[in-house]
Formats: sequence, structure tokens, C-alpha cells
Amino acid sequence: MTISIDPQETNNESLQPKGWLRYFSFSLDHKVIGIQYLVCGFLFYLIGGTLASAIRIELASPMSDFMPRDVYNQVLTLHGTIMIFLWIVPVVNGAFGNYLIPFYVGARDMAFPRLNAVAFWLIPPSGLMLVASYFVEGAAQAGWTAYPPLSITTPQSGQIIWILSVLLLGGSSIFGGINFIATIIKLRRPGLKLMQLPMYCWAMLGTSLLVVLSTPVLAGTLILLSFDIIAKTGFFNPVLGGNVVVYQHLFWFYSHPAVYIMVLPAFGLVSEILPVHARKPLFGYTTMVFSIMGIVVLGLVVWAHHMFTSGTPPWMRLFFTIATAFIAVPTGIKFFNWVATLWGGKISINSAMLFSCGFIINFVFGGITGVALAQVPFDIHVHDTYFVVAHFHYIVYGGTVFIIFSSIYHWFPKVTGKMLNEKLGILHFIITFIGFNLCFAPQHWLGLNGMPRRVAEYDPQFQFVNQISSLGALLMAISTIPFLINVFLSVRNGKDAGDNPWNALTPEWLTSSPPPVENWEGEAPLVEEPYGYGKEISEQK
Amino acid sequence: MLNKNIYLILIISLVFAISFWIGFNVNLLPAEASINAPIYDELFKILFITGLIIFIGMTIAVIYSLFKFRKRNDQIGDGIALEGNLSLEIVWTIIPSIIVLLIGLYSYNIYDRMGGMKELNHNHEMMSSNTEKIWAGISQTSDNEIAINNLSIEVSAMQFAFLFNYPKGNFISGELHVPVDQKVSMKMESKDVIHAFWVPEFRIKQDIIPGQPTILNFTPTKVGKYPIICAELCGPYHGGMRASIIVEEESDYNEWFNKNKKPEVNL
Repeated sequence: MTISIDPQETNNESLQPKGWLRYFSFSLDHKVIGIQYLVCGFLFYLIGGTLASAIRIELASPMSDFMPRDVYNQVLTLHGTIMIFLWIVPVVNGAFGNYLIPFYVGARDMAFPRLNAVAFWLIPPSGLMLVASYFVEGAAQAGWTAYPPLSITTPQSGQIIWILSVLLLGGSSIFGGINFIATIIKLRRPGLKLMQLPMYCWAMLGTSLLVVLSTPVLAGTLILLSFDIIAKTGFFNPVLGGNVVVYQHLFWFYSHPAVYIMVLPAFGLVSEILPVHARKPLFGYTTMVFSIMGIVVLGLVVWAHHMFTSGTPPWMRLFFTIATAFIAVPTGIKFFNWVATLWGGKISINSAMLFSCGFIINFVFGGITGVALAQVPFDIHVHDTYFVVAHFHYIVYGGTVFIIFSSIYHWFPKVTGKMLNEKLGILHFIITFIGFNLCFAPQHWLGLNGMPRRVAEYDPQFQFVNQISSLGALLMAISTIPFLINVFLSVRNGKDAGDNPWNALTPEWLTSSPPPVENWEGEAPLVEEPYGYGKEISEQK
Repeated sequence: MLNKNIYLILIISLVFAISFWIGFNVNLLPAEASINAPIYDELFKILFITGLIIFIGMTIAVIYSLFKFRKRNDQIGDGIALEGNLSLEIVWTIIPSIIVLLIGLYSYNIYDRMGGMKELNHNHEMMSSNTEKIWAGISQTSDNEIAINNLSIEVSAMQFAFLFNYPKGNFISGELHVPVDQKVSMKMESKDVIHAFWVPEFRIKQDIIPGQPTILNFTPTKVGKYPIICAELCGPYHGGMRASIIVEEESDYNEWFNKNKKPEVNL
């Protein structure tokens, strides 16, 4: 089978709006779709962040006094759902994947441009629907995990809209995954070998495999759950003989791989950013590729570590402990390789580099608490406490969101042709890094000492530490301001970047900035060594 | 070269020393009030120290690289074209594998000492005569021990309270009273949604599941009053779903038990 794109179809400029209007159109250009994903995701990040601030305000005092208790549960449900399905997954996969993958494989667009546009345009309506469900009968309030029977017994309309919205977002994610696999495997420029691809391609290949294998399981599970809610079936309803633990198995079969869907692309992005700013080749390319694939395989067989306190038999607890702990090995290899990439380089200390190094430090911390949580006897005490909340925010915020910011600083000149202001960027990094650690590090202690997660009220002895955490959250909210000012000022008045301000060697920089609709004026260049820093430049051409 | 190695050894020993010092001197955990707690804290200490060594080591490596290898203003060109080092990569694959494997085996041992590896998912004679399947949390007793044990308590959880039924005394209490240093066996079932039974000072937690009884056994070791916390989101008042466990001397417990005991109703 060959996949070909009709250039008439994808590049028919007379049918496509120009200028900023194209970002509001059903554009088939992968670069436009990438930016649509990023901006849309960022708007939902602001909504999710507002909800997070509301949670931290409520938790600044031990009583439930800022909002009604059921609204609090809606807020935490929406916060989790929005941050996962509307910010992190669409941005690290959809935004950067769409923008970069066709460049990296030497193609003029994705394999299925129309499917690509459909995948994006599913996101805004389902996101708006999710937020709007608050104004119907109240939004879903069973947490982003929607465990039955709680999700069956809470007000129905919110839960049903939540299910519909997550199904559409899951569909969007599957469309994207199929598109990335097809593009990476089939649309590679002639002469470009798999082992010459930039690391982000491998990360996206692994991620897309996880998306395609596990998201349908979530979709099926949520459809069964909606039957239980609407048609009063008894799949998960114990009153009708259903089994609530089966839901947890099915849910986590997707939702643990979802963690890798959120972090593997970030691993890919940081592998692109570090070599450029350290002026050194990516250390250990081959082991990095095998690590990604190792994480993909192991990631599919660790889900029950979320269920150590549910009814699980001892052998299962043992198996999932060992499988989970072993994920630390391929993950560790990647971190050692990144540090080795920095070692002996000529490192430019700029915003992109600082956010990447912040990512390494935060993620190592989150990874260590992750290995601890994998141990059944350890997990039994801290499961469903603030220790877990702290752990996964170190992974998804300290890890992935730091890399999203790093990537924005790195690729902004590519997309706009302008540089971001470095002083504001470094200020953004400093406030984010301090705020983040102030917010989440103390939560480990809270969890160990007896504060469960998802509560609106708590033992007054925890008030002081919670207030420190809320102060950190305030700093995180403030850190968005220099970032937004920076972006708005730089888009209009930023310093001209030229085509390749970082002197990078990966293919997206070997064209003009911003790139033309066809990506390259002539033939796509053959980049055999995307990380050939320190070698003769002539070898690259 | 020799000088460099000495510095490296010095820094590594310093990282180890700091990590061990913090691990032994900083207490992040609440009081230990059950047989499980000191076992748990032993595991915690090992994980804490190992984690600190790795975290401090990696952080130093990153920050050192940023300073040592930063690009000076007068510098142009690239760093060294080093694309990998197979022996180094093998080392940092094998060492973490060994650490992870040792931690896994050690935590298996800890879990076994806590009683987690005992099969308990068959007939629970004391509680019911039919062969219902019961899922066990941590248990330190065998079935036979439960059968002769007076301290069998039935826990029912509902939105938003725990109720403790003492079948031997034929009464229900909102507070859980147990005598110190005796094995307690609880059969737990939920009336509505999933709840969880958590006592931080005991380091134990088990979900309470509707339609699926679970068992949790523990032995308190310290007299006092501790919170019982629901740890699974169960509705609007989840944060307020708390009860107390009162661990008391056996004589005090018996006094309380006899005061609440109701005569058996013969039908």
C-alpha cells in the first residue's frame, strides 16, 4: 500500500484563508494544525489552572468554606480532566507532533491531512461541552477516574456529558495516533533510515502505539459505564450484581499508559532541545530508542499498581510491583544519557535550556517517589493521599509542562520568525520552578502524615503546610504573566530570528522561519545526522 | 587525572553521607502504633536514603554541568562530538536494574512480614457459613486464628460514616475500640460506594467495596486515640468522613465492651 498526498488538495492556497484567519479554519496544513492544538491547549490550561487555584484557595483553610462541597468535587474532576485530556495530551502529542513530525521525516504534510484536521476540531467542542456541563446540573463530580458506583449515583447529566466529552477526546487522540504511525513509517523521505530519525519521532511512534492499543479500552469502558447510568444495566453496579473492581482494571489499562502518552513525547522533545543548546550529539541514540520501546512494552503491564488497596490478590500485587519498578531502568537510562549529553558541551544558559534542566531535576524526584510507590507495602500507607498528588504533579507538571515551556522557547523562532525575550523567559523559569516546588514538595509530607486526596476539609494540624503549598500555587499562577507578556510582545516586536537562530541541525531548521506551506522550497534535505554537533559542518550537507 | 578521581570519590562519599544523615535524622512519618508501622518505617528509610542519593547525585551532575560547561562569551563552535559510550551505558543499565531488583525483593520481604502474602481469599468461617469469596488486605493471621479470635469486628461503611459491629457483644459502635497488643480482624463491606479504611499511625489501608467484602487485620501496639480516615472519594462530604480508633489497655477495653454489650436475643 502506498500513501500519497494530492498536492492539489493539501496545498490549494486559493481555498485556504490566509494570515491569522487560517488558524480558525479547517486548515489541512500540519503547521497550522499544530499551532491550533497549542493555542487551544493553552486556553484550556488557563481554565484548568484557574480551577487549580480555586482548589488551593479552598485548602488554605482546614474548613470547607470557599465553595460548596459538591462544587469542590466538580472543580477537582474538571481540573484533572482538562489538564490531562485538553492540555497535556493534545499539546505534547498534537501540537508538537503535528508541527515537527512531517519536517523530521522529510514530508510536506501528515499522511492523512483531513483526518488530522478532524482530530483537532473534535477538541474545542468537547472541551467547551465539558466546561459547560457545570451550568446544566453541575459537572461530573466523581473525580477524573469516575469510579463506579460513585459515578453512577452522582447527578447524571454531568457524568454523561463528561463521558461523551472524554470519548470524543479519546477519538481525537486515536485519529492522531494512527496519523503519526502512518506518517513516520510510510512518509519518510527516500534514503532516510529509521535509525536516522530525530528522537522525537521515536517517542511519537512509541506514544502512538500506546494510544492506539489502549485508548479503545477506555472508550469501551466508558460506554459500558454510560449504559449503567442511562439504561440501568449492571456491568459495574454492585446493586445489580456488577463488579466495581473490573471497572478499575479496565480504566487503568488505559490510564496508566496515558501517563506515558503524556511523558514519552516530552522525553522526545527534550532529546531535541538539549543537543542544540549544549552543542553536543545526543548521547546514546540507540539505547534511547530501545528505552522508549521498553517503556512502551512495560507501560502496558503495570496498570494494577493503582489498585494495591482495592481487592487484588497477593500474586497480582507482587507482579505489578516488579513490573512497575523495572520501568525505572529504561527511564533512568534516558536521564543518564541526557546528563551525559550536557557533559563536555558548550551550554547556552537560556530559557529553553533552563526549563529542560528543571524538567530533569523535577522528573528524577517524581521518578524516585514513583519507584517507592510501586512497592506494595509502601503504597498501602500513602495510596490516595497527597503523597500521590505530589508524585504525579512532579511527573506531569514538573516533567511534561516544563518541557512544553522549554519547547515553546525553543521553537517560537521557528514558528514566528521572532525571538522571545530571554530576560522575561528566565524570570518565567525562576518563578515557575520555585512556585512549583513550593506547591508540591510539602504535599509529600501531608500525604505521609494523614491527609487524603480529594478532600475539601482536613485536620487543622495540616493548615500551615497547606498554606505553604497554596503560596506556591499562587507563584505558579503569577509565573504565567511574564510568559504571556513575552509571547504577545515578541510576536509583534520580537527581535528577528533569522532562519536558524540556534544553528540547529534537525531538518525543521533547514528551511525559512516561518516555513513555507510546502515546508521546503525544493526537495526536502536528507539529514543523516540530526545530532552531528562538533563534526565538520560540510558532512551535513 | 588522579586529582579528578579523588574529587569524584570525595563528592560521592559526601552525597552518601548527607543522604544517610538525612535518612536517619529527618522523620517524615507519624507515630508508630501498630506491628506494621516499624516494619513500614524500615522500608521507608531504605527507600528514602536510596532516593536521596540518586536525587542529590543527579541534581549535582546537572547543576555542575551547567556551570562547568557553560558557553563563555568568547567561545565559538561546538562541544566534543561524543555520541555514546557503550560500556558506560551498560553500567547505568545494570546498576539501576540491580538496585530495583534488590528493592523489589526487599519490599517483598517487608510485605510478607506484614502478612500481605497470606492467601485469604477462601471461606471465612467465622463470618459466614456459605462459601463467599473474600478479598484480603493485609493480614497477620490465618483463618483458624480468626476463628478463635474474639476480636472479630464487622465494619460497614456508608456515605459518610463508619459503623463498627461487635458480633460477640451484639452491639454497634461509631468508635472503634480495640485492646492494645491483640490481633484484630475486621471484615469490611460498603453499603453504597467505595470507601477506604486508613489509619496513618498503623500504616494500613484497605478499600471497602460494595458487593465485595474485604478483610483487614492489624495489631495495635500503642495506647491512644488515632483517626480513621476515608481515603477513597465517596461524595461531597468525603473530607468529613472520619472516625476514631481508641486503643486501650485490656481492662479498659473489657470495661467498655461489657458496658455496651447487649444480651443475645434468642429467636
